Amino acid sequence: MTNEELKTHLLSLIPQATFVETGEFLEIFIHSENILPLMKNLKDDEKTQFDYLFCLTCIDRISSFEVVYHLLSKNYKHILVVKSTISNIENPQTETVSHIWKTAEFHEREVYDLFGVKFINHPDLRRIFLEDDWKGFPLRKNYSDPNMIEL
Amino acid sequence: MRGLIEEDYTTQEGEFVINIGPQHPSTHGVLHLKVWLNGETIIKVQPHLGYIHRSIEKMSESLSYRNFIFATSRMDYLAAHINNEACALAVEKGLQIEAPPRARVVRTILAELTRLSSHQLWWASTGLDLGAVTPFFYAFREREAILDIMDETCGARLTQNFLVPGGLMADIHPNFQKRTKEVLKQIKENFKEYDELLTENVIFQNRTKNVGILNKQDALSFGVTGPTARASGLSCDIRKWAPYSAYSMVEFDEILDEGCDSYSRYMVRMKEMRQSVNIIEQLIDNIPEGDFQEKTKNVIKLPKGDFYQRVETPRGELGVYIVSDGASSPYRIKYRSPNFSNLSVLPELAKGCKIGDLVAIMSTIDLVIPDIDR
Amino acid sequence: MNRIFLYSFTEMALYIHKLLENAITNTVLLQITELAIIGVTLLISLVILCFFLGWMERRVAAFMEIRLGPNRVGPQGTLQIVADTVKLLFKEGLTPNKSDKFLFNLAPFIVVTASMLAIAPLAFAKNFSIYDINIGVLYVSSVSSLSVLGILMAGWSSYNKYSLLGAMRSGAQIVSYELSVGLSLIAIVVLSGNVSLGEIINSQQNGWWIFKGHIPAIIAFVIFIIASTAEINRAPFDLAEADQELTGGYNTEYSGMKFAMFLLAEYINLFIVSAMAATLFLGGWMPFHIGDWESFNKIMDYIPSSIWFMGKTFIIIFIIMWFRWTFPRLRIDQLLNLEWKYLLPISMVNIIIVTLIAIMGWHF
Repeated sequence: MTNEELKTHLLSLIPQATFVETGEFLEIFIHSENILPLMKNLKDDEKTQFDYLFCLTCIDRISSFEVVYHLLSKNYKHILVVKSTISNIENPQTETVSHIWKTAEFHEREVYDLFGVKFINHPDLRRIFLEDDWKGFPLRKNYSDPNMIEL
Repeated sequence: MRGLIEEDYTTQEGEFVINIGPQHPSTHGVLHLKVWLNGETIIKVQPHLGYIHRSIEKMSESLSYRNFIFATSRMDYLAAHINNEACALAVEKGLQIEAPPRARVVRTILAELTRLSSHQLWWASTGLDLGAVTPFFYAFREREAILDIMDETCGARLTQNFLVPGGLMADIHPNFQKRTKEVLKQIKENFKEYDELLTENVIFQNRTKNVGILNKQDALSFGVTGPTARASGLSCDIRKWAPYSAYSMVEFDEILDEGCDSYSRYMVRMKEMRQSVNIIEQLIDNIPEGDFQEKTKNVIKLPKGDFYQRVETPRGELGVYIVSDGASSPYRIKYRSPNFSNLSVLPELAKGCKIGDLVAIMSTIDLVIPDIDR
Repeated sequence: MNRIFLYSFTEMALYIHKLLENAITNTVLLQITELAIIGVTLLISLVILCFFLGWMERRVAAFMEIRLGPNRVGPQGTLQIVADTVKLLFKEGLTPNKSDKFLFNLAPFIVVTASMLAIAPLAFAKNFSIYDINIGVLYVSSVSSLSVLGILMAGWSSYNKYSLLGAMRSGAQIVSYELSVGLSLIAIVVLSGNVSLGEIINSQQNGWWIFKGHIPAIIAFVIFIIASTAEINRAPFDLAEADQELTGGYNTEYSGMKFAMFLLAEYINLFIVSAMAATLFLGGWMPFHIGDWESFNKIMDYIPSSIWFMGKTFIIIFIIMWFRWTFPRLRIDQLLNLEWKYLLPISMVNIIIVTLIAIMGWHF
């Protein structure tokens, strides 16, 4: 599917979604509550078949968290970037997609470790890089550590 | 303390837990695998990561677009040049410039030389892991020659740091073409020795065939890339899917194998080395004249937006995701490292294997730990 | 006197014996003195032998691996191993806190003792052995299997799961490969009709068993080499150590001289296995003779018997080293499959054929 076709298809799924097309890939912005049904649909729908999640990460936008999913379909070779916004910055949480793409399990653990975003229903949500008793989440913009050196 | 707070040492009757790593000869670094065993048979594997987590992503947020490239040499240190290339390409994508043809071709040649040297180290350590010490020295014979070329042209053997956004840092050394051709000739002659020493060995084939079967669906679902996925018949070569640098100029095959086991992963890499030689041969005599660098401003500022660049490292797909807010250093950088995803499939593969198989699987997946931990 | 020392170990031994007989009149004291002399000589020569084997292994490995190997300390690097031994001597011998300290310290001695015991009936030259016991073959095969006790002890007492796994592997491995070693030894016992090593060597006066025994003897020889390599835990059968899997297996926790004792035992075992192969299949100290080529046989006889014995032994040692440095390691189930599904059935059939040959007198 071309970006335009993808866009119309996605709009039929989530009418309130917004799009950005200036970048290399088509980006769709949704709210984190809608993430699970959309992702299931994107994976299972014959027309989209996004069977390969090649990157999952998070961006701290100060006022919100943005979980970014880079999706690719091996069959149709189209790429879609899903950005789900989590507005609750006190206790950010969103649904896991690890049962849809197994690679998400490790990537979500990484996001949890470095951003503190909790993934609901994740099979094994523990810190992955840092020690279990580490205080804070280093990749958040407001993270500070007494040992940190300003460059 | 790592793994002590949420400690899980629960075992069934007859089982016991053994910690392989963080210091262990066959984990190639500081990977820590907690392994549940029943006798010699593996029940469960749980990887523990982060022993050399240096938070390169956090560091990069305060480095300029010229400087953050060089931190990536320390991720996958066996393919430092390719990591640098990914970052340089991502920044170029943001600046909407393209490196001059000379730089693109030299980048590709250096990338393929890197791939050759990386695969040679992998071959050496695969032999070593399976108990054959001798292949190590045969592989290092050619690897040394390649690293010498790197030393001459880039000024460093392992962490080349030869790239800047917009091209190369300097022009190639006058000896570059001559020496590369000599090395290629030597390597092509010595492939036969590689096969005689390890590939055709019956013990080696028994150790790797039907060990660690990774089917195509799992490979795709776990995001496994590189030769590991291609051995399961999954086409994922970024050089074919989204050509960058000079890969659209050359003809080469994407090696696919339907074997799905450790032996086919081994064979894919062996064949890929031949393809790399093939690519370099096509380019080495056709390096275009001209500039080696596109002029860029002293302080690079990327426009607001996201830039994603995928490249094919010897271990799989490396993604560099730059989020820019218009400043002179990135707002957020994410490295989608191939080893991180490839590691996540290890617990699946190792289930029901013997300890010896675990070593064979780990070495044919070809993990580089600093790339996992970043 | 020079002549004596040059030509024959037997005459040298007799000369010393006479010398002592004149000096000490008490027979018991004489016996004890002689035993002590033999013991000390044996120990010194074994240590020298192990030094040489250690050097040889490094140089052979270097030769296989297109590099030079040790060549700085002493002529051609021969003293490198001495330097290493001195280093090991000065290292602290650590004992893990929770280990069974008595067994932990005892294990290396058991391993070394077991391997040294097996030296006794070997004939190093013509009529020159420490004690040509009349059941030599049985004695060697039973004593050499004692070393598994030491290895199990080392693994169990180390309080380390890697060590324990290594020891268990070693137990399974040595117990299974013992069968094949025994059966291939029996092939020669059947052919020669003797269990004494001296008699077996004498029976090869007109040709070595590997030539006289037709194909079954060759099969027995090959099986013996494979199985005994497994029995002494050398690559490709070094699963008990398996550096890359078990980080050293049963000797993970050992350091300093106690570790060196395991190394010493490994080299002594290597020597014994090769010497046994040379004795049983290649005629021991017997020179190489071809039928009735009188002059050729005469020339061969001029080469001292000790050189024949050592030459054959070191050729076999070289072969064992050769495949150590070229083959990958087997997996534990493949190792046991190889023994129980291939080597053991083949040796059993082989024994039947050998017996048939012996009964019908088909051998030369």
